[in-house]
Amino acid sequence: MSENMIEINDLNKWYDDFHVLKDINLSVRKGEKIVVCGPSGSGKSTMIRCINRLEEFQKGSLHVEGIPLNSDLKNIEQIRKEVGMVFQHFNLFPHLSIIDNLILAPMRVRKMPKKDATDMAMQYLEMVKIADQAHKFPGQLSGGQKQRVAIARSLCMKPKILLFDEPTSALDPEMVKEVLEVMVDLAKEGITMICVTHEMGFAREVADRVIFMDAGQILEENTPHEFFDNPQNERTKEFLSQIIN
Amino acid sequence: MTELISKKPFFERFAIWLKKNLFNTPTNSVISIFLLAFIWKGIEGLFTWIFIKGVWSGGASVCREAGGFCFPFLFEKTRFIIFGFYPDGQLWRPTCAMLILIGTLFYSKEPNRWNKKLAYLWSISTFFIFWLMGGGLGLTEVTNDKWGGLPLTLLLATIGIVCSYPLGIVLALMRRSKLKVLKSISVVYIEIIRGVPLISVLFMSSVMFPLFLPEGVNFDKLLRAQIAIILFVSAYMAEVIRGGLSSIPKGQYEAAHTLGLSYFDTMRSIIIPQAIRIVIPPTVNTAIGMFKDTSLVLIIALFDLLNTTKTSLRDPEWLGFSLEAYVFVGLIYFVFCFSMSKYSQRLEREFGMKER
Repeated sequence: MSENMIEINDLNKWYDDFHVLKDINLSVRKGEKIVVCGPSGSGKSTMIRCINRLEEFQKGSLHVEGIPLNSDLKNIEQIRKEVGMVFQHFNLFPHLSIIDNLILAPMRVRKMPKKDATDMAMQYLEMVKIADQAHKFPGQLSGGQKQRVAIARSLCMKPKILLFDEPTSALDPEMVKEVLEVMVDLAKEGITMICVTHEMGFAREVADRVIFMDAGQILEENTPHEFFDNPQNERTKEFLSQIIN
Repeated sequence: MTELISKKPFFERFAIWLKKNLFNTPTNSVISIFLLAFIWKGIEGLFTWIFIKGVWSGGASVCREAGGFCFPFLFEKTRFIIFGFYPDGQLWRPTCAMLILIGTLFYSKEPNRWNKKLAYLWSISTFFIFWLMGGGLGLTEVTNDKWGGLPLTLLLATIGIVCSYPLGIVLALMRRSKLKVLKSISVVYIEIIRGVPLISVLFMSSVMFPLFLPEGVNFDKLLRAQIAIILFVSAYMAEVIRGGLSSIPKGQYEAAHTLGLSYFDTMRSIIIPQAIRIVIPPTVNTAIGMFKDTSLVLIIALFDLLNTTKTSLRDPEWLGFSLEAYVFVGLIYFVFCFSMSKYSQRLEREFGMKER
């Protein structure tokens, strides 16, 4: 229990009558990289959004670093400090410059002095190869650049876990690579990652485990090698054949 | 082509412009001629009234005879229209107060100056304005029932806008709150205030409110009117700001939550700054409306700019020059409202360029 960063047991979620997540069980070890894939509407995004409580669930339990996620605001706050998230549509703050996007949370939540926050932010911007854009506004950047800024922004909170919700789906094809490269670099740093994506090359390269979801259930869970070359479930096979074509 | 045209003399360029824009087809030419004739009629009338028939010196009888614009009336009455009953010999004080107010407003117009220093500047300016207007500390005291005219209008409007804005933000946030109690308070407040005319709120503040006060407690009339205006406008501001708040995409809240920002920080640094940028046009619309609505304080016998104008018309010696008076005071209102409108366009442009 203690070495698992995330522990999900029998998680169930309904939107009114619609059963979105059905008996999800998942544990994620420290430093593990997990790729979640599956057809749209299968509940992958909903599942990872439960981990930092952007979505509530009705049944089951979810622990992050041993802290139970329930309606206790203190716990939610605690967990959100540890869990970063990168969104499909970046969700940068358009009225703040890139550097201000990055230093806002460290200054407000971690109470960092402005100078330290700026230094740290610049380091992360360098890491995502975009330091020269620090004083521009999000509206002046390309999609790929915005997503790299979004990654740097979540890193500034020094999260132990980073969630990616289809980070490359809203990008033009030629920009996917620059974002994936950053994510691969990040994976090598040893941070715990859960990534909803259809980028199978990325999954093969960095994932420790690939999870396949359909209709709110985890249908298959395996190493990337086994998952792609020797899928067990019929739905997985079907899905993979569709993706590859 | 454009270069060629721009090198030609002005008159020729003007002729080209006319031909291209007003006389490009026979039908358009006819319409243009009619409209130009119509406009000319209006301008001619105004010109004759002001310059040809206009009277520059003499008394009321000379003006009545000439039938043109009566400047002597303005020379005689401007002092009262602008300053109301403020004592003679002390007029430099409201003048300086107005200059300080307008100067500070002017200084505040650059967004990059919106910081703590500006707040200090405003508190210093406010102190000086009220000191100059009211006296004390070495100046002769002038009680605020003698304040009037333009300084009074400007003070009522500026304080009204500046105070109702944050109150409006709070009301808007309350109305969107998940807490039922806060939400209901805000809804009831906004709906009641919007459901009654400003005149009735002013009237209540001036006539009914004192009835509820214990004997001997006296609450300044001007202050009561000011509070009534603030309470009234904040309900409108709240609805304008609420419109901005609901146009912020959910992703902004989610990103803020994910970064661990508290509700207060999320609102203060992410949501409100974006929301109020979006609603600059309707905000200024409300501000302009309230600037003009301050003239309603005349029903509780405060001598704002419009009331001093009306009063100046009642002078038996100068009866019948209402047109002059209203044109004059109309121009003053226009200058302030138009500046606000221009300023809002500039702000919109400035924020729009950088951020979108």
